[in-house]
Amino acid sequence: MTAEELDQIAEEERESTRKCRHRLHVCMAAGCLSLHSDQVKSSLEAQVKASGLESECRVKGVGCMGLCSAGPLVSVSSQDVTYKEVTPEDAPEIVQGLQAAKAVERLRCPTDVPFFTRQKRIVLENCGAIDPERIEEYIAADGYAALHKALATMTGAQTVEQVSRSGLRGRGGAGYPTGLKWGMVSKASGATKYVICNADEGDPGAFMDRSVLESDPHRVLEGMAIAAYAVGASQGYIYVRAEYPLAVKRLKTAIRQAERLGVLGNSIFGTPLNFKIDIRLGAGAFVCGEETALIASIEGLRGQPRPRPPFPAEAGLWDAPTLINNVETFANIPPIIRNGGDWYASIGTAKSKGTKTFALAGKINNTGLIEVPMGITLRDIIYDIGGGIPDGKKFKAVQTGGPSGGCIPEQFLDMPVDYDSLSKVGSIMGSGGMIIMDETSSMVDVARFFMEFCMSESCGKCVPCRVGTVHMHDLLRKIIERKASARDLALLEELCDMVKSTSLCGLGQSAPNPVLTTLRYFRHEYDELLVQDDGAGATGVAQSAKETVP
Amino acid sequence: MNVSVPVVTLKIDGKDVSGRADETILDLARENKIHIPTLCFLEGLSGWGACRLCLVEIKGVNKLLPACVTRVAQGMEVSTTSERLQKYRRMIVQMLFSERNHVCSVCVSNGHCELQNLAVKLQITHIDIPYRYPTLPFDSSHDLFRLDHNRCILCTRCVRVCDEIEGAHTWDVSGRGVDSRVIIDLNQPWADSQTCTGCGKCVSICPTGALTRKGTGVAEMEKDIDFLPYLTRMRGSHR
Repeated sequence: MTAEELDQIAEEERESTRKCRHRLHVCMAAGCLSLHSDQVKSSLEAQVKASGLESECRVKGVGCMGLCSAGPLVSVSSQDVTYKEVTPEDAPEIVQGLQAAKAVERLRCPTDVPFFTRQKRIVLENCGAIDPERIEEYIAADGYAALHKALATMTGAQTVEQVSRSGLRGRGGAGYPTGLKWGMVSKASGATKYVICNADEGDPGAFMDRSVLESDPHRVLEGMAIAAYAVGASQGYIYVRAEYPLAVKRLKTAIRQAERLGVLGNSIFGTPLNFKIDIRLGAGAFVCGEETALIASIEGLRGQPRPRPPFPAEAGLWDAPTLINNVETFANIPPIIRNGGDWYASIGTAKSKGTKTFALAGKINNTGLIEVPMGITLRDIIYDIGGGIPDGKKFKAVQTGGPSGGCIPEQFLDMPVDYDSLSKVGSIMGSGGMIIMDETSSMVDVARFFMEFCMSESCGKCVPCRVGTVHMHDLLRKIIERKASARDLALLEELCDMVKSTSLCGLGQSAPNPVLTTLRYFRHEYDELLVQDDGAGATGVAQSAKETVP
Repeated sequence: MNVSVPVVTLKIDGKDVSGRADETILDLARENKIHIPTLCFLEGLSGWGACRLCLVEIKGVNKLLPACVTRVAQGMEVSTTSERLQKYRRMIVQMLFSERNHVCSVCVSNGHCELQNLAVKLQITHIDIPYRYPTLPFDSSHDLFRLDHNRCILCTRCVRVCDEIEGAHTWDVSGRGVDSRVIIDLNQPWADSQTCTGCGKCVSICPTGALTRKGTGVAEMEKDIDFLPYLTRMRGSHR
């Protein structure tokens, strides 16, 4: 593969697209597929054929268009219209509309609303626009141009420099500066290095990474290849959960196509860079999203974390220096290399650059996938883009960061969404799940739900997480059953502190967060459920033992 | 032995100590007669860092780090006895007592149990957390040894000694969270194991009454862990 060949593929693809007067895009990501968008697609194809429009009309499956709650979605390029809740029976009307150059008003999904207009799409730029199963379409959308640019015009160190300048921070949740991590791995000594993409997205209510992998898998492969060049790796792994069969299928297709065209494999673009990507499937353990547990799992060991340091950048997969980033982080890399780090750094806030994808779920009108610039307020996301709370109910809290995050109450709705503001109020950015709760939700029950999740996902290696989560869950259940006293609540708070401070990995260290934030902002809900103390005396675990050791 | 490892100086509990950069905080503390409680750690086996009893505070690091796997560094200031650490250690030991059925009075390891000794040392007189009282099986199928899950604290010493010293890897862990269990081969009765050599190392180093010799009565199960440093030394630079 050479740059000329890449241009040629792009040009041919654009030419064949231009030839089609009408292009019908049918969302084929998991959300719309579950509403039978595949039947909509075949029905549209049959109708196009029956109407004799085959030469000027192309029906293609694309990735996620975002507004999952209105699926299945179909967009028509020539009429600049998007249809919602399309059924196979609507096909004749839509195709007739094409011929008559008149949109079907009955099905129109307004696209001039904030949900579409207030987004800024970088990671999701191709989602809903290209067919994820054809590499040619990705190339026509400037795909693999960034990889070529890096290989042809930049050194590994300059590539790292651009990523550092962009100010990109890890999108998996912790927000570690990506450029710093790349620099560490590139400087680490070792002949063999690895690049790992963490696609073990497991937070309840989060589906950003799944959507990216299903809608634009090549973007992640390209980001990984650029990373491999920057740090000097020749083998990559994508660790993706087996619960994402469609993402796995599309990734496999994408890797095969990329290898066939020579943008992955040996001598990429005729340079000495060899880079191969293999897929490893997770077996349903949430903790395998933790980097050291993920590495153990790839090695074929039991998926449980190990103490850090040493960090994977120093000693990771098979003790070799390993770069491990999340799907969205890698998906940000091609545009950063294409447009330069300074371009990316111009978006967002002082310490949180660029955009962030969020999966809106829960009690919100516009359930779906969005991408917004950092620094936008929670109110804008929930009321403007998200369309507010359904059924005229009142907003109560938004949970960010899944089981490791916290519940943010109404008083912080005007806070900008960035890494530092979120951690200041006791939550985290997390991978991007946003669960909105209305006045009917019990915050104690929310805390119990997440604690149950952490309890059943604890790997069992360290004592505080293994046993502490069970006790915390039991106490929360006791409170909900109106059997707990103030003593139990004090014990719960002590356990939260202990588990947070002493657990081995991020799962245990952050497991108390939902309890701590709900206690901080909704303590009255706990108090209302307490019953009178039975007056037995002692107040907590620590006080029961003497304070000194001989 | 790698000769290029630098020598560093640091402070542990205010005391100036020196050591090699590849030593752990626990190594140096023990060398200098500073007591840090441990359970999953055993000299001669690889570090595990899971019981969290050896957590220490290091100046400038906002997380508590396990002394058994954290390497020393030049200028480090380590604190091993703060009130906060003592409180957490007591809570962790209480967690272990509440997790399964540790009934010392009828246990063959009574008086020779590391968990019990630790509780005594930390002056734990009773437990405020409710006991879980899970129903757990035991395996008496082997001619010589017995496995009692009621007493197991999942320190995985047996897993590591069998894999790293004996080389049999008979033991492993199945399940997750509080449902984790040590298992033999593919979760078979001990007597049916194809890989167990019957060496008894796992029994000797088990800190509690989970792995015991048959034919011992209450408080009669004395254990011997002193063989391990010797074996490790004889094997040379095994890690």
